[in-house]
Formats: sequence, C-alpha cells, structure tokens
Amino acid sequence: MVRALDGSMHELSIALSILEVAGEEVERRGNPRVEAIHMRLGPLSGVVPEALVSAYELAREATPFAESRLVIEEVPIIVFCAKCDAERPVRSMQDFSCVECDTPGSKLVHGRELEIAALELIE
Amino acid sequence: MSTQPRIVEVRRNVLKHNDQVAAALRQRFHQAGLFVASLVSSPGSGKTAFLEKTLTLLKSKGYRPAAVVGDLATDNDAARLARSEAPVRQITTGTLCHLEAAMVENALEAWNLKELDFLFIENVGNLVCPSSYDLGEDLRLVLLSVTEGEDKPLKYPTIFNSADVAVVTKIDLADAVEFNHAAAKSNIQAVRPGMLVLELSSKSGQGMDDWLTLLESKRKR
Repeated sequence: MVRALDGSMHELSIALSILEVAGEEVERRGNPRVEAIHMRLGPLSGVVPEALVSAYELAREATPFAESRLVIEEVPIIVFCAKCDAERPVRSMQDFSCVECDTPGSKLVHGRELEIAALELIE
Repeated sequence: MSTQPRIVEVRRNVLKHNDQVAAALRQRFHQAGLFVASLVSSPGSGKTAFLEKTLTLLKSKGYRPAAVVGDLATDNDAARLARSEAPVRQITTGTLCHLEAAMVENALEAWNLKELDFLFIENVGNLVCPSSYDLGEDLRLVLLSVTEGEDKPLKYPTIFNSADVAVVTKIDLADAVEFNHAAAKSNIQAVRPGMLVLELSSKSGQGMDDWLTLLESKRKR
C-alpha cells in the first residue's frame, strides 16, 4: 500500500500549494513582508472561493504569511464560439452555450484558472 | 524604505507541481505504449464493478491491463479487482479526498510499464475534489449510475467538464428506477457540449462491447 500525502480536504491542499508557490516568489525577492496574495479563480477550477479563504486562514498560521490576506478575483467562463467567431461568456455552468447566439461552446478559453496573479509586498 | 504596499505581478499556476508530475507521467506512459484512463464518480456508482469487468474482458482478449485504485481507507476494492488476475495496487489516501499525480507515480514504482497495455486509475469516490488534479491520464471518465438521478451533471458541472467521456452505469436497473435517458443525456450536453456518452451495465455486460471498442481504438492512435 502507498501512503497518501498530507492534507485533509481539497481546499486545504490547495491552500498549502498556494503558500508553497507564493513562498518561492517571496524568497526570490529577498523575503519582503507580504500584505496579500491575489488569486485568479475560475468556476471550473474545482475550488470554492469561500472554502479556500477559510482553508488559507488555517494554513497560513505559523508561516511568514500569517498576517497576509488572500484576495480572490473570480474569472468568468469564456468559450470560443464558432458561430460568432469570437470569445464569448456562457449562460451558466449548467448551460454551456454562447450568451449571444445560444450555440453550445466546447472550446474553453477561460474558467479553469487556479493561479496566483500578484503579490502585495512591503519592501 | 516605503511602507506603501507594492503590487508585483506573478502569474503562477498553483497546481504547477502536480501538473509537472502529471506531464512527466504522461510522457512515460506514451513512451511505454501504455493507454491510461482514470475514473471519477460519487461513491457507490459502480466504478469498481465496471473496472473489474473491464479488466477481465481485456485479459480475455489477450491484453495486459492493470489498475491503481484510490480509497480513503481499506483495500477492499483492490481485493475485488485482483479477482480479474490483473496487477492491482491500492492507494489509501487516509483523509485526502482525491488522488494527486505524485501518489500515482509512487504506486507505479514496482511495475515495468512496458509490460502493460492499459492502466486504469480509479479515483476516490467524490464528485468535487478530483476535478482539479491532472493524473497524466489519456482519458478521464465520469461515471453516473441510473440510481443517482438524471440531474447529477447539473449539480456537479465542474467534474463533468473536466472529463472526456460520461459513462452511465447500472443500465440494467434503468426501468426499475424510471431513469430518463434523454434527460440525462441532455443534462450532460448542457454542461459539456459534445461529450461522448456510453450507457452500460457491468452486471449484464450490456454496452461493454462499445466501451472496449473505444479503448482499443484510442490505444491505437
């Protein structure tokens, strides 16, 4: 049998990954104080913003990020609509069709984002 | 020294480490000529029965399949799958609700991938968490049993959107639960336009031929 990695829920695993990636970036810049981590999150990332913020508040304790906030920008789902020949938002997660012409959209352009967009640093 | 915060653009994918491990796995799989499919679904939708049947049928056709199966606890599923006489490894995740690429990598350590034709990765029964993690698979299946209701895709659009094929299982029970095939298909198409849908029963074997044909044609490519 193979032992699992640590972490007890999905968002907590993600929060730990955020701290790891942000930690690398901060170290590269000479360890300034971090006021905030700005995230871009798509609805199809599989991550719930509220749950991620709670998990982050747990995960940041006793790390250099203990005082830093997690700021989440939610990115809309955008598909390439073949009929409009343009990038368009979809009606909803439950209705993946172009808001302009109702054509079902299968080419996803945005919506899976799970990325650190920026760091707010005090140097 | 300024006390005003300065915003520094970073643009880093949070799951980059997992994605890198998954990409390396995918390359190893391709080099070994191994076709890899992963399975996600809610608990009890028939992943293990479907996999046991798949392993047995592939073996009877002369292929060399293997499976890695993730569960929070117990190795019951691995024991069930081992009846097919295919190599099987259990990953016990403890409290973790999904598999990650590194766990799959560890589970494969003892195997020579060149001696295998198909590998199946059964994820932890969960329709939420596994959607974020690439495991290096060629094909991701999401299973939906007829007893779960036709609106599962609408309730869990993210997992359906991350998968390539939807498999409707336990089709032998469809009449008993008054399963609405058209509604299920239309819900799947609403959340993932163009998604391939298979309907089958691991118990009766109905629909398994189509599934095996799909596997064989995908592997040849």
